[in-house]
Formats: sequence, structure tokens, C-alpha cells
Amino acid sequence: MNGQSASEESITGAQALVRSLEQVGADVVFGIPGGAILPAYDPLYDSTRVRHILVRHEQGAGHAAEGYAQATGKVGVCMATSGPGATNLVTPIADAYMDSVPIVAITGQVGRAFIGTDAFQEADISGITLPITKHNFLVQSAAEVPQAIASAFHLASTGRPGPVLVDVPKDVLQERSPFTWPPRIDLPGYHPVTRPHGKQVREAARLIAEARRPVLYVGGGVLKSRAVAELRQLAELTGIPVVTTLMARGAFPDSHRQHLGMPGMHGSVAAVTALQKSDLLIALGTRFDDRVTGRLDTFAPDAAIIHADIDPAEIGKNRVADVPIVGDAREVLVELIPAVRAEYAADHRADLTGWWLQLDQWRETYPLGYDDPPDGALAPQYVISRLGQIAGPETIFAAGVGQHQMWASQFISYENPYTWLNSGGAGTMGYAVPAAMGAKVGQPDKLVWAIDGDGCFQMTNQELATCAVEGIPIKVAVINNGNLGMIRQWQALFYGERYSHSDLSTHKLIPDFVKLADALGCIGLRCDSKADVDDTIEKAMSINDAPVVVDFQVGKDAMVWPMVAAGTSNDSILAARGIRPAYDEDE
Amino acid sequence: MTTHTLSVLVENKPGVLARVSGLFSRRGFNIESLAVGPTEHPEISRITILVGVEGPVLEQVTKQLNKLVNVIKIVELEDAHAVQRELLLVKVRADDATRRGVLETVELFRAQVVDVGPEALTIEVTGQPAKLEAMLRMLEPYGIREMVQSGVVALGRGPRSMTQAALRSVERSA
Repeated sequence: MNGQSASEESITGAQALVRSLEQVGADVVFGIPGGAILPAYDPLYDSTRVRHILVRHEQGAGHAAEGYAQATGKVGVCMATSGPGATNLVTPIADAYMDSVPIVAITGQVGRAFIGTDAFQEADISGITLPITKHNFLVQSAAEVPQAIASAFHLASTGRPGPVLVDVPKDVLQERSPFTWPPRIDLPGYHPVTRPHGKQVREAARLIAEARRPVLYVGGGVLKSRAVAELRQLAELTGIPVVTTLMARGAFPDSHRQHLGMPGMHGSVAAVTALQKSDLLIALGTRFDDRVTGRLDTFAPDAAIIHADIDPAEIGKNRVADVPIVGDAREVLVELIPAVRAEYAADHRADLTGWWLQLDQWRETYPLGYDDPPDGALAPQYVISRLGQIAGPETIFAAGVGQHQMWASQFISYENPYTWLNSGGAGTMGYAVPAAMGAKVGQPDKLVWAIDGDGCFQMTNQELATCAVEGIPIKVAVINNGNLGMIRQWQALFYGERYSHSDLSTHKLIPDFVKLADALGCIGLRCDSKADVDDTIEKAMSINDAPVVVDFQVGKDAMVWPMVAAGTSNDSILAARGIRPAYDEDE
Repeated sequence: MTTHTLSVLVENKPGVLARVSGLFSRRGFNIESLAVGPTEHPEISRITILVGVEGPVLEQVTKQLNKLVNVIKIVELEDAHAVQRELLLVKVRADDATRRGVLETVELFRAQVVDVGPEALTIEVTGQPAKLEAMLRMLEPYGIREMVQSGVVALGRGPRSMTQAALRSVERSA
């Protein structure tokens, strides 16, 4: 909270809302007006401190708020009217809940007297979002507006971050009340624990010092707590290998020798196998998600678990922790580093040479790779790797969901935090374009590339109109394989190549993404051959006064490897189709 | 499955019960009984929940409940250290031939007759769930026409107050 202006003049709830947003430092709101929220749009029109960006669909507003939040670390804000406006926010709110993204959604509601009468554009959005928000408020009077906004921002950004919804009835926006700032935040049941327990930290240090096959299993919480420097310090102090989950890509440089890559269903063989064979997992800000663990009862069977997370409910939820540590990842690391040093000073330090020999062997034998399609089609992995190399490590990448997302996670080298945005937990197709838009608004000096699939792109590309009108020059690489690629891959592998409803006909140019880009006020480019990839990317990079869409027409049969089939053990990872690592012989 | 009694102090605000009960259903925890009412502090309500789960799941229930912003404090009340009561109102068929037998049962369980008619008696009884079950078994042969049962409410034994301890900790952290 950065203001202390206490004025007693009477203003409307709508004015109080805008003034509260100014006071909490919200500089951007993504939204669309409608009847119930309309009173708020009048004072918003005058605000010089809050920039409102008029989106084309409320889902876009929500994902833009997420992209803004993930790229800046600040709370993202979206706004919509009652009823369908609010329900269109449900998907991004659920997405933010799954990935712990701090956003505040402000919705108009029908007037208090109409609530519960099935009034026009009425939806019980606080009821609807109960299971997908960290908390929500139905504001009952204009006097409560400042407190609700201040509390919402506090809740969204502290502890385990997450989405908070503030529903404001229209007549509350119109009612007058004195405005005072700062309001009292009264949340008697909310006390997130950030400082770890000293005894647990010492016990963790003891296990770390004596483990022979330890792995640092790093999740998105490390990014959220801004603990990247501390993580690197601990990793380099101990020499322990690091794996970064899909939500943590960028938390540890991909080029670092100790980085084994991403674990999970499409993780690298080295990362997945390191977890499986480990004797100690140091899990930081991560939640043992099913896409990481595979079949839970066979996950890392010999490993003791140190589990540090700010959310006590995550500890022991999926896997029992031997050393549970409730705390903010950064504060945990800050205390863990000297505790490990103390162990080393007392001459407790296991030798990791043998472990590294084994890890290096897995890494060298089963590197990430791909083959060019036999039919001469463009390899999607090639496009994505070249994009990563040409755009460089300062670029922010936002992906949709599916094959292109996995390739973008695998084949781009993330060297910096907050350069990889994606929908991890919810798996929301359509995330990329609006999230990239939000990221570009929050980080206007950074190059922002959306890497999208042709399926995802057709869900939210209308926000390119927003980008064109508002001067938000993002770039979009559509990895267009003409199909719902991941669905096609599963149908190829598990449904006898019966491609039921996964062909989108986008290879027949329906729609023609170049023409579509043009129609949306963007520059459209197309590329379908390996020889043209670099030139096309360079051309897109040279355009900075308009959004750019590149239609990369790639082969439809490329698959994401390695893969642990859903519901199976990580031990049955396939490095490529039909290629099962023979790690039992390595031992 | 073991039944555990949770006493949950919550802010007395609209929608809080929906947050609590919704959490149980969406996370697949089974509520066996639920009772909610005011406490000695007007801003705090108390929910007593009986939940049938095993130890590790109970821990997850408690942790998830604690994440609800309106939940102030949760205590598991162990049977040996708590008083548990529920209320039963039951309408039993009773005519001239059977009334005496019904009344004997009423006396045996220290229940009360709260409404009398020529064909039926309405009985009120409070007690532990086991006592209520036992009485119902005794009344069943006469014919139970209608019954209603409250959720279990429970209070820890001894002088300590859960509400005051919670309020003190809230004030300390404020």
C-alpha cells in the first residue's frame, strides 16, 4: 500500500473503486464494460494513473492479467460486467488458481435488491468462483469498497499467491460514502507462515549433507518468492543436480552444468530418472503434481523427502514428507544455505562423484532430440529451437497448451526467470496470445513472443485486435500442424491411429492465418520450409510497430518425446517412440 | 474409517458455511454431521463437523479448511476430552395400548414428551449419538412416524475456551 491520503469527502462506490486501484498501485486494468460495471467505467475514464485496456473477450482480460502478473511479479487486474462478463472470467481465474498467479478480478453485479431474482445478466459469480479463488468478496456497501480492494490485493499477492474476485453490485457503485485510505485490513483467519522452522531447516541440512543421490526438485514457488539467486547459491554450494518443473522453467539457467532439465510426463530422461533413482528430493515450492510424479506409488521410491512450501496443505498431500518445512521458498533457502555450510564445516559431506557419473551418462545417452519428418515437412521442434536461439535469452515466451508448449519448454534455453509463461496446472488452450499481451504491457521494453498452436490460436486470437489498437507489438509464432497435435499424438499412440475430431483443417488455410493477421491489424508472415525459418524469424523481429503473426506450417506427425504415458510409472519413460532407457544396466 | 469431530471457528459472515461445506464436497471428504451456530462473540460462529476419514486425510481436511480465509481456528475434539451432544425429535405411534411402553422408554433415556395426541407422542432427547441410536432401536417396534435430528455439537472439557484462545492469537497478530 503506497498511499496515506485520508480524505473524508463523500464519493461514489465507483470513484472509491478507481481511487482504491490507484492507491494499491494498479497501473493497468484489462477489461470490458457492461451494464452492471458501467458506473465504474465513468471515473476510470478520468484516471491518469490506471490505464484501462479494452479487450475483445473477458477470457483475454483474465489471461492478460495473468501474463502481466507473471512477467512483472505485480498483481494483475481484470474487470468485467455481471452475468456472462463474469462467467467468461471463470477460465482464467481457474487457471490463475492452479498456477498460483496473483490476479484480482473485479466484476459488476446486479443491484442489491435484484440479487437472487434471476435478474437480467445476473450470475452468482462469487458462488461460481468459490472453488477457484483464493478468496472472494461480494461488496455490500460503498463504504466497504476500499477495504475489499486493499484486502483483495493483499490476499492475491501474499502467502501462496492466487486469484481474488471482488463482486460489486451496481447500486453499490452508485452509492455515496466517505473515502478513507488506507482502510483497515481485517482478516483474522489469514496468517501465512513465511519463516521456516529452524529445527526443520537444520534437519534438512543434515539430510542434504549426507545424501548420496540428492536432487533439487524446483517448482514455480521459487519464482514466485523471487528466490532465483538463493537457489543458485544453494545449488552451487552443494553441487546437487537441479530439475525445474514446467512452472519453474527459468528459475535455474538451462545452460548451467547442474541443470538436468524438466521432470515429468515430457521431461528429459536425465531429470525423470534422477528423481526416480534419488535418495533425497529437496522439493522447493512444488506440489508433486501427477504430471511430474507419474504413478505416485512408484515415484522416487528410495528418496527421503524434504518438502518446503508456503502452503501447508501441499506438504504431505501427494507424498509424505520426511522433513516438512512450511515457509516462503526464499526465506527457506536463506536459512538453509548457512545450515548446510555448518554441516560441511563439521566435515559432513557425502561425495556426489558417483551420482554425477551416472547422471552424466543418462544425460549423454538420452539427450533431448528430434528427427526431421520423413515426408520433408518442417519440424516444429526446429522452428521453436531457432526461435529461442534467434530471439535470445532476454525474450519472454508465452505458450499455449499442447505439443507446442512442451517443445517450447524443452527446446528453448531459459536463462532468466520470468521469461517463460504458460498454463501449467489448468492446461488452458488459448492462454498464449492474451498472456503475451499482458506480459508486453507489463514489460514494454522486452521482446515478447507467443508460441501458440493452431488450435489454441483459434480460441483467443481476437486479442490481436486489442494489441493492434492499443499499440502492444507482440509476436506470435503459430506452430500450425493443422491438427490438435497432442490429441493426435495420443490417438496415434493409444487409440490405434483413429484420429477422431483432431484435424482442424488449418492446413487447408481455413482460416488463413496470414489473412487473419492482416484483418486484425497485424503483419502476417508464413513459412513452411526449413530454409526460410531464420529469415522469417528475423523479418518478424524487425517489425516493431505492429503485432506480427507467423504461420509456421509444420508436419503433423511430429511427437513430443520423451514421454511417460498417463497413469504409468516414471520408470517406464520412453526416450523416443519404442526406445526405453536401459538404466537398470547402468547400475 | 474413523469419525473425527472438528470444531471450526469462522467469521460470522454471509456465505461462510457454503465455503466450508463446498470445500468438503469438492475435495471428496464426507461430512457425517454438521452443526453451526453463534458463539459468545457475535463476530464468530462455530461449526462442528463430524468427518469420517483416516489420519492422513484428516490432516489434509484440516489444512484445506485452514486455507479458507474466513476460518479462524480448527480444533479436533477427541472423544475422551470433549462433551458431545445431539438433539433428536421423534414422533412415535402411541395409542392406549402402547403408550405406557413408550413412556417407559422415554423415562429410561431421560427424554421428554413435548407433544401428545391420541395416536402419537413427540419425544425430545439429547445425548451422545450412541444413546440416541439406542433409544431409536427401543422405539422402532412401536412405529416411528417422523423424526428429525440435529448435527452433533461438542465442547472440550475443562476450563479452557477455544474461542478466547483464538481471539487472543488474532489480537496478537493484528
